[in-house]
Amino acid sequence: MEKNNFKAWLYLLPAIIFLAVFLVYPLIDVFIYSFEEGYNSASGSSFGTGIYNYRYVLRDPYFLMALKNTLILVLITVPLSTALALVISLGLSSVKKLRELFQTVYFLPYVTNTLAVGLVFMILFQKTEYSNGLINLILGIFGISPIDFINGPYFAKITVLCIYTVWVVLPFKILLLTSALASVKQDYYNAAMIDNTPKWRVFTKITLPMISPTLFYLIITGFIGAFKAYSDAVALFGTDLNAAEMNTVVGYIYDMLYGDGGGYPSYASAAAIILFAIVLTVTVINLLVSRKHVHY
Amino acid sequence: MKVTLQNLTKTFPSRNKKEQKEVVAVSNFTFEIPDGTLIGLLGPSGCGKSTTLSLICGLLKPTSGKIFFGDDEVTHLSPENRGVGMVFQNYALYPHLTVKQNITFPLENLKGKDKMTKQEMAQKALETAKLVQIEELMDRKPSELSGGQQQRVAIARALVKMPRVLLLDEPLSNLDARLRLATREEIRRIQQKTKITTVFVTHDQEEAMSISDLIVVMKDGIVQQIGKPQEVYNDPCNLFVAKFLGTPPINIFKGKVKDRKLYIGNTAVMDTDIPDMPVTVGIRPEGFMADEKGEFECELERIEVMGRDISVIAKHEQCETPVFRAIINGENEIQGQKVRFSLKPRKVYLFDNEKGSRIEVN
Repeated sequence: MEKNNFKAWLYLLPAIIFLAVFLVYPLIDVFIYSFEEGYNSASGSSFGTGIYNYRYVLRDPYFLMALKNTLILVLITVPLSTALALVISLGLSSVKKLRELFQTVYFLPYVTNTLAVGLVFMILFQKTEYSNGLINLILGIFGISPIDFINGPYFAKITVLCIYTVWVVLPFKILLLTSALASVKQDYYNAAMIDNTPKWRVFTKITLPMISPTLFYLIITGFIGAFKAYSDAVALFGTDLNAAEMNTVVGYIYDMLYGDGGGYPSYASAAAIILFAIVLTVTVINLLVSRKHVHY
Repeated sequence: MKVTLQNLTKTFPSRNKKEQKEVVAVSNFTFEIPDGTLIGLLGPSGCGKSTTLSLICGLLKPTSGKIFFGDDEVTHLSPENRGVGMVFQNYALYPHLTVKQNITFPLENLKGKDKMTKQEMAQKALETAKLVQIEELMDRKPSELSGGQQQRVAIARALVKMPRVLLLDEPLSNLDARLRLATREEIRRIQQKTKITTVFVTHDQEEAMSISDLIVVMKDGIVQQIGKPQEVYNDPCNLFVAKFLGTPPINIFKGKVKDRKLYIGNTAVMDTDIPDMPVTVGIRPEGFMADEKGEFECELERIEVMGRDISVIAKHEQCETPVFRAIINGENEIQGQKVRFSLKPRKVYLFDNEKGSRIEVN
């Protein structure tokens, strides 16, 4: 028994060392930095400890804007993309002809290069000297005057960011949900059909509970992913996100570390800890809600 | 509710693209199931018994033929409008609902004048649960139940809406041997109490024989024989039915009829009245009697004592299988290397060598 135990630790050791060095130690470090005023990574010195960094970050208009953008992104894209993926997956599992073709089409964005996707979105949304972009062309048909989605008003930009995010996360969700739907045994549907169950009831009482573990997984990872959004905004609006009013919390942290006005690891750490606290709270709420509604 | 099947046929398109030959799952099935009876559809796997069940419940549409419930034609009705209850092979209990919720599920779908209040539903569910004796398990989830209990819940769910016809697809196949015995009695008891016309599918002949009012033996989509279990057992219409029914199975020998005598090997074992021809002889295990003066001499392999009876396992060169089994009264003493039997004429069946059909003997 003792020997086995030793062996088990031996097998676990490589992973534990890596996790400790590259994950646990930095985590603790970030936590410490966040309480050290004006920490300087070159000299390793600080002015003192306290909650000054938090106070600064929470009063920083750039941080508040980043937080607002992130929250909007989370609140809109997570429910929207999950619901949309569910609808598309339901559609995919009920069509018989050309199902494989549709599945491939819906999965393509997942394997497409991000830069290529960015280019497509430019063609769709960007206003150039020659055109107003494809979307404006379509909007024009309905008599809506052209909007500059990339450099224009705030609502236009956040809309594009949301659409982009939904579009990027959709394929993975569709993939998981279609396989979850396919794994629901036909017998349950047959049983429900024999009992004259209305379609909507079949969906809410049988399909949803049966795929609830997958759905729950997608919602949790969706929340965490959306809170960590950054690269999507960069792909659309370039690196100067503060100027574009499109910064996210992770973008703010990055700017604080390496951006033009960077070199403030203490502020970055404080912002990171705040983000961590938010994500943790949301995940805990998710877990509590799931206890009642997720059936394994 | 009387159920009538008229020339029911179901074919499936061939999967093989080169050979466009259809697969006939059920062929020209005509049968009237009397009201309130328990029918066993029996056959080896792939014989079309489950397809027949799906046709009756409406999950499959027949290629041709008609189905009537009473006097109503239901051939083109979808399952939800047929008023059938079905118990699936793996029960298909909703795993996220409690036993009570599972049983009330069909009731919650009722609409219009049949709509029930919560109390009525609870009352009805409890009644049904009592019928199948699971009233103490109402708040459990299916995963917390044993196989037999799940089976009962599935039956309760099928019965709760008072179906016109109850269908059971291999209801006992997921249970262990002991539970199978108990549950089949239970199914019989419930059926007799509710008087609902019930059709169940099984590949286990013992199961079908023990509880059915009538059994339908099928092979390759074609009905071989329909009748009361004992009648079919005693009077099989062909070699397939004779072989399929009975445990231990019937023993098959090569034989011939010559000068009004039945020969197995070179020994005349019985008198008969049919013209001379080679035949296949089927002898039920209980058709042998230990008899020192018996005509039928075999080499003794071993003896199994099963309490009241003993089972004699012997060899005969004309036998289809290496050894055969005779069940004889335990009071007989069997010794030595050879054993002699005389035969009970009513337990000996003759079959046509080519067609396998029964040759009637007076």
